[in-house]
Amino acid sequence: MSRRARRKLKNAVFLFLSMVATTTGLVCLAAILWTLLSRGIAGMSASVFTQMTPPPGGEGGLLNAIYGSAVMTVLGILIGSPIGVLAGTHLAEYGRNSRLSVAIRFINDVLLSAPSIIIGLFIYQIVVVRLGHFSAIVGALALAVLAIPVTLRTTEDMLNLVPPGMKDSSAALGAYPWRTIVSVLYPAARSGIVTGLLLAIARISGETAPLLFTALNNQFWSTDLNAPMANLPMVIFQFALSPYKNWQDLAWAGALIITVTILVLSISARVLLALLQTDRGGAR
Amino acid sequence: MAIIDSRHAAKQLILERIFRSATLSAAILVLLILGGVAISLLHGAWPALSHFGFSFVTREIWNPVTDEFGALAAIYGTVVTSAIAMLLAVPAGFGIALFLTELCPPLLKRPIGVAVELLAAVPSIIFGIWGLFVLAPVLQRHVQPWLIHHVGPVPGLGHLFKGPPFGIGVLTAGVVLAIMVLPFIAATMRDVFDTVPAMLKESGYGLGATTWEVIWNVVVPHSRVGIVGGMMLGLGRALGETMAVTFVIGNAHRISSSILAPGTTISSSIANEFTEAVGALYTSSLIALGLLLFLITFTVIAAAQAMLHRLERRAGVAI
Repeated sequence: MSRRARRKLKNAVFLFLSMVATTTGLVCLAAILWTLLSRGIAGMSASVFTQMTPPPGGEGGLLNAIYGSAVMTVLGILIGSPIGVLAGTHLAEYGRNSRLSVAIRFINDVLLSAPSIIIGLFIYQIVVVRLGHFSAIVGALALAVLAIPVTLRTTEDMLNLVPPGMKDSSAALGAYPWRTIVSVLYPAARSGIVTGLLLAIARISGETAPLLFTALNNQFWSTDLNAPMANLPMVIFQFALSPYKNWQDLAWAGALIITVTILVLSISARVLLALLQTDRGGAR
Repeated sequence: MAIIDSRHAAKQLILERIFRSATLSAAILVLLILGGVAISLLHGAWPALSHFGFSFVTREIWNPVTDEFGALAAIYGTVVTSAIAMLLAVPAGFGIALFLTELCPPLLKRPIGVAVELLAAVPSIIFGIWGLFVLAPVLQRHVQPWLIHHVGPVPGLGHLFKGPPFGIGVLTAGVVLAIMVLPFIAATMRDVFDTVPAMLKESGYGLGATTWEVIWNVVVPHSRVGIVGGMMLGLGRALGETMAVTFVIGNAHRISSSILAPGTTISSSIANEFTEAVGALYTSSLIALGLLLFLITFTVIAAAQAMLHRLERRAGVAI
């Protein structure tokens, strides 16, 4: 074989392998979605949204778990995102190049990919051990810690995207930095910050590991934030590993609900961001 | 001429101070969280660490009845499952990144890129339930018997594929992990490949190089640091991944030479046993496992971040 033919062959082989890799990735995504859809829809019924989690073999739904997940996710975002947004503001506006900011940025990136089970253990150690019992509010606290790095990162990035001229104009009118940030920069970066919130919700609503030792689970309807609360991921975990057919069906229904929620959130975040970028492009 | 209202100005100044210190305290809280994680885990792990000493990480035994605990089986399982995941996901992620940056028709570039990123958004418990009900039976019926039959008799390598096809076990956990970290690796590598200046690539093509030659001799050397950073970010995820692994690993505290056998990892041991652990020493040993995991993942992720930041700075200067 000539040298040229060998080079061309090698090129073709590797490019082919790269296509195989891409196809494999897409097939995995399709396989997961397909299983979720087919088994999730099979387990879906009106009672999923209207009844409590059943005993083995009995009739029931996921209402208490859906409610619990919603409550803890909302609480987690309410606690975590203001901290994330404020910290992101500090990094972008006040302490852009200080040594402290460099350290915080680095630590935040580490927290962003730190295993969530570690965060669960941390909250267990500092709160549950002292309280002596599991509760929904502690679960929300663990989720809040996971939401902080996501909102911090997007807030900082989005504030950095605001044209500096806007900030300078506000400062030239004699506004203090806080006035500029609250009245000019936040509105300008609004859709970007909302994107961060959506991503944070998507991140924490499917988390299971940190809830294992904080919110635990609850077979019954409970609105008491100071008591263990049912939540979708824990119910899926418990029901999927059980030998009972009706529990497994509900686990698949729950898995479908969570995945659809998260995919809708991630796609909206993406669309919002794309709109933002075309806006910017148009303005220039 | 504006009249300066001194009271208004004073109020503004106070609000400025309040707002400024609020943002600063929020930022410092992030530092405190990481410090708090380290201190609280060390505090919780202390009884076990002082009781077992260094032998905690060198012993395989894990016996709640006699209160004897060693982390070796869990460490081994964590390392082996992550190694399998990296072995499968790194070449695949490289291939996807290559396809997206060099081969993909522009029309498909965004949809495929988004699809890969959506795979990253799927929560780990979904991968777990899918791995248990779909992937494990497929591996048990088709892949594992083939491995046992064909690779099992090979001297040396064969030890990895001995025993009955359980379906669940170390290999299955590794495969699920590979699918989970694939999107992270692919997305990071794609972003890194995108930072290679077009002029460098065009120069390669201009000299008559094939696409593969440009990738291997221009793109890869230029983005070496980023590729390693992306791999380590994926590794960090794989090491700490909990729920997906808990479903499919089989939770057996022992070290088998065969990767088809059930095993355990640090995170799946904690997830499985923590709420059922009775006795201070048992709980403390599980927290000590958590501390080990924290130290391992912190090192890996910090190294990955340092590498990616270096690349970012370099890219910033180049532009």
